[in-house]
Order: sequence, then structure tokens, then C-alpha cells
Amino acid sequence: MAKVKGEIIVDIERCKGCQVCISACKENVIGMSKNLNRKGYHFAQSTNEDCTGCINCALVCPDGAITVYRARLN
Amino acid sequence: MLETLPITKEEICKPENLVYSRTHLMTDAALSYCPGCGHGTIHRMIMEVIDEMNLQADTIGVAPVGCSVLAYEFLNIDMQQAAHGRAPAVATGIKRLMPNKFVFTYQGDGDLAAIGTAETIHACNRGENITIFYVNNGIYGMTGGQMAPTTLPQMKTATSPFGRNVETMGYPLKITELIAMLPGTYFVTRQSVHTAANVRKTKKAIQKAIEYQKLNKGLSFVEIVSNCNSGWKMTPVEANKWMEENMFPFYPLGDIKVPK
Repeated sequence: MAKVKGEIIVDIERCKGCQVCISACKENVIGMSKNLNRKGYHFAQSTNEDCTGCINCALVCPDGAITVYRARLN
Repeated sequence: MLETLPITKEEICKPENLVYSRTHLMTDAALSYCPGCGHGTIHRMIMEVIDEMNLQADTIGVAPVGCSVLAYEFLNIDMQQAAHGRAPAVATGIKRLMPNKFVFTYQGDGDLAAIGTAETIHACNRGENITIFYVNNGIYGMTGGQMAPTTLPQMKTATSPFGRNVETMGYPLKITELIAMLPGTYFVTRQSVHTAANVRKTKKAIQKAIEYQKLNKGLSFVEIVSNCNSGWKMTPVEANKWMEENMFPFYPLGDIKVPK
């Protein structure tokens, strides 16, 4: 069992749907929403609970739309 | 033994568990760049380093013409606009008048390697104590994807629709290697921001460049090979792959001139 568990929060209105975060995510956590944001982009979202909080997606996000949290499990 | 995780999303997303968020030195304005453009990441990395080194009040950025022309909207520091290609000349003036400030220019390849070649080379040759961030995407992005000096041979652009013919249009300009030969430059490197590992390396290079300026060592030059998916007519992910396959063999990543 993973000792850490992460979670991402995507700023939906900043996301432009470039999908660079999807290829950066090693755990295949991120997927595109079927919904649109106000600008008309499909935005990225967390699709499962495998996130480890490695921040790779947030580093490559050109728009700085991703905030990452990581908690230790005891 | 596997157990169900005793933690909910709300429990993870607490302020004490925050590991990464956009630095407050980036403003809340939505970036005007195309989806997937490397400019946003590069802006953020420069701002993160300035934030970590606590230089917000002592930094003056110079952005000339190009996609980065609106950088002052996004970077929460003092910015000065320069005429096309003249950022190193403006930065020279600022740094000489205010030697205690951290002064950088943020230029694209159409700006730095074409109209601003003279200013760039002479600022480097004089060894001005400034830092130049040079974003190379091999195309004029803002004006609609025209051929730039850095466009690769056979690369199709709006003004070279059959591919760049080196016999009539000349060869791509490796200006970073050129200025690395000048004695005035202290630290010259080429990085990229298309993967998380490269973003981390770029951040380290930016850190070094700022530290050398603080030590009055001379000009630091950080080239960042980036994508222009709109100009290249690809999706952002395809553009990053194309960049790895085509740009990196010609513009190899790594330090070109490091202090002894």
C-alpha cells in the first residue's frame, strides 16, 4: 500500500486543455473532462485515486492550473 | 495486507499538505499564450526562482516584442518594454544605472537572433552583468508562424511553404554557440521545459544564472528550446514529440559554457 497519497486540484478556468499533464503523469491519474470551461476548453481532471503527489503534472502545466497536495498515511 | 485507504480527498487537500501551487509572483491574469505553449512554464520557473531568492522587489525584467510582449501582465515584478530586439541594450542601461538590481531580458528567437542580433552580440561581448532568457521555438509565433533564423532546414512555415531551402534561405543560426565563444559571457546553457525532469533542470539553470549575476560575474545566457504548436500546426503533445525528434539533434541540450 502506498505510504503517501496525493490529490490534484485543477483550476478549471485556467486550464486550456493542452493535455501535456496527461503525458507527464506516470500513474495515469489525469483525464479530460467531457464538460467545457467558460472559454470552451475541455479541462483536465483527476480520474482515479492513484495520485502520489509527485507534482510532475503541475511542473509541466504551462498555465499553472494544477495545485498538488500530498498526505502521509500512517 | 491491503486495506481501504482511510483518507478522503478533503483530508488530503488541507493547507499543511500543500506541495505545489502556482507562485504568487505570477498574477491571476489568464496567460495569453496558446494551449501547451512553453512560455507559461518558463515564466513560472523564473518567477519561482525569484520568489525563492526573495528578489521580487529588486528585479527588473525587460521584455521586447514577440509572444512575450505581454509578459508584464503575468509577472508580478517591475517590467520594462523595449523596442523589437533592443532588450539587451535597454537592460544594459538599467543595470549600469542600478547595479544592485537583478536585471534580465526575456526574448524569443525572432527577436534575439534576427532583429536583435547586434544588440545581443555586443551586450555579450561587453560582458554586461545581465541575464538573458532566450526562448527558441524555431519560428515567429506571434505574427503567424513565419520562418525565423532558427527555423530548421526543410521545416515548413508560412513563408517557407515547401520547407526551408538552405541554398536560398540560409542555415539555421545557433546563436547560443556563437555567443558562448565571446569572452564576456560567463554561463551559457540550453534547456527545455517539455517534461518534468527538464523543467527541474531549467529551474536549476535559472538559479545559477541569477546567482552569477549577483556575484557580478558577467553575462549569463539561458536558452530554452520550446514548442510552438500553433506555428508548427500540431497538437501540444505532438509538438513536444516533434521537438524531441527534430529540434534536439540540432539544438542539443546541456551546458555550453560553464565557469571554471
